[in-house]
Amino acid sequence: MDGGFVLKTPLDTLHRRLGGRMVGFAGYEMPVQYEGIIAEHLACRNKAALFDVSHMGQAELNDAAAFEKLVPGDIIGLKPGRQRYTLLLNEAGGIVDDLMVANLGNRFQIVLNASRKHADLKHLAEFGVAVRELPDRALLALQGPKAAGMLPEGASLSFMGAGEFEIAGIACVVTRSGYTGEDGFEIGCAAEFGPALAEALLARGAVPAGLGARDSLRLEAGLCLYGNDIDESTNPVAANLTWALAKRRKMAWDFLGAEPIRIALENGTAEKLVGIRVEGRAPARAGTVIRSSNGKTIGRVTSGTFGPSLNVPVALGYVRSDCAADATSLELLIRDKAIPGIVSPLPFIPHRYVR
Amino acid sequence: MPAKLYTKDHEWLQIGEDGLATIGITEHAQSALGDIVFVELPEPGRSVAKAEACAVVESVKAASDIFAPLAGTVTENNPMIVEDPALINKEPESGGWFFKMRLADPAAIAELLDKAAYDALLDTQ
Repeated sequence: MDGGFVLKTPLDTLHRRLGGRMVGFAGYEMPVQYEGIIAEHLACRNKAALFDVSHMGQAELNDAAAFEKLVPGDIIGLKPGRQRYTLLLNEAGGIVDDLMVANLGNRFQIVLNASRKHADLKHLAEFGVAVRELPDRALLALQGPKAAGMLPEGASLSFMGAGEFEIAGIACVVTRSGYTGEDGFEIGCAAEFGPALAEALLARGAVPAGLGARDSLRLEAGLCLYGNDIDESTNPVAANLTWALAKRRKMAWDFLGAEPIRIALENGTAEKLVGIRVEGRAPARAGTVIRSSNGKTIGRVTSGTFGPSLNVPVALGYVRSDCAADATSLELLIRDKAIPGIVSPLPFIPHRYVR
Repeated sequence: MPAKLYTKDHEWLQIGEDGLATIGITEHAQSALGDIVFVELPEPGRSVAKAEACAVVESVKAASDIFAPLAGTVTENNPMIVEDPALINKEPESGGWFFKMRLADPAAIAELLDKAAYDALLDTQ
């Protein structure tokens, strides 16, 4: 990070004790892996994994109507105990951040990308949305088919449910959501209790997992990563995020950046975000040139890795909209070699949310 | 067989009874790379310069070049690691070797590190 100082999450000591390999991410020292990315990835798909996501921004607000001016989701209509994915937009209809907003009854909680939280808060302030930052919170993600069994406290929640519960004697805000495509929970608590909460969940059998597995899991689940797959220049229509445009908001078009999004919805966009399965075993990384099967450049990869559950390389990328249909053959230019690929429906791995 | 020699790039080289040099990556290198999922090897017959990038390993996270420790001609590559790249993680300094080469100048091995020098290098990292 610029300036040379590095932030640590409340779980820093625990990561080091567990043998986490620490790397810089969004200004924080974070574990990229403990035992190994593939083992941690598979632990999440088959059992339950525990991720420290305390670097993400947490904040609260009360004025849903003010907040709605900057997002295309139905926040006023979000019922107590429910959470929604939404987009913070700029005037051009570009994505300032993608975020979760939960109605906790007496307040709304928002969870922001670590790399964007400062820009988000500035943007919210500029447009007069009053937000209370919560810098002294920890956030853990317990993800996988065994997560619900390990967290009976959250059993009453269905997918995208939110509530306040006591876990191992610690006051927590729990949502049934995540970033892996699996059932699971995101659990926030006061920073000082983060390590005890993590220890309690590890004692219940969760496998510690790092940012490496978090990335391969979200990619297989077809979920965008801010900074890679979407940014301030991305129209949500190009990123296939039209499902985040609430019906009521699409009738009124009364949010920042509405007009460019309305036009994109009506006329389409030059490029579309697609999933790509790559032949062979070499991952097509971000920046890889995508060509049509007759050799014409049609786009670029924005995220790419080897999918440990699929055992093949998978990628997300933007291609010309006329080349974005499922099963379109294309080529990926990996180290100057044209490797065949195919446009694949997303997610690559079916989501297993408990609705 | 003569002892293994090492490079600053965390590769090893060992001269066999046939005079050919076998090249691989060290235990330290495989651990730093993490789970290896793909490897691309030089074809037999390819001549390579010292420090020329001639193979690629991909972990889940990133791609890394493998360099020719010395100049020479590739004589054979290891199909086992193409089939099962994880073998490099399991047996980096034995079954997970990358390729063999005939050195252009066998005396050039004097430029490489012995085990003591390589271990000293690891201690500084």
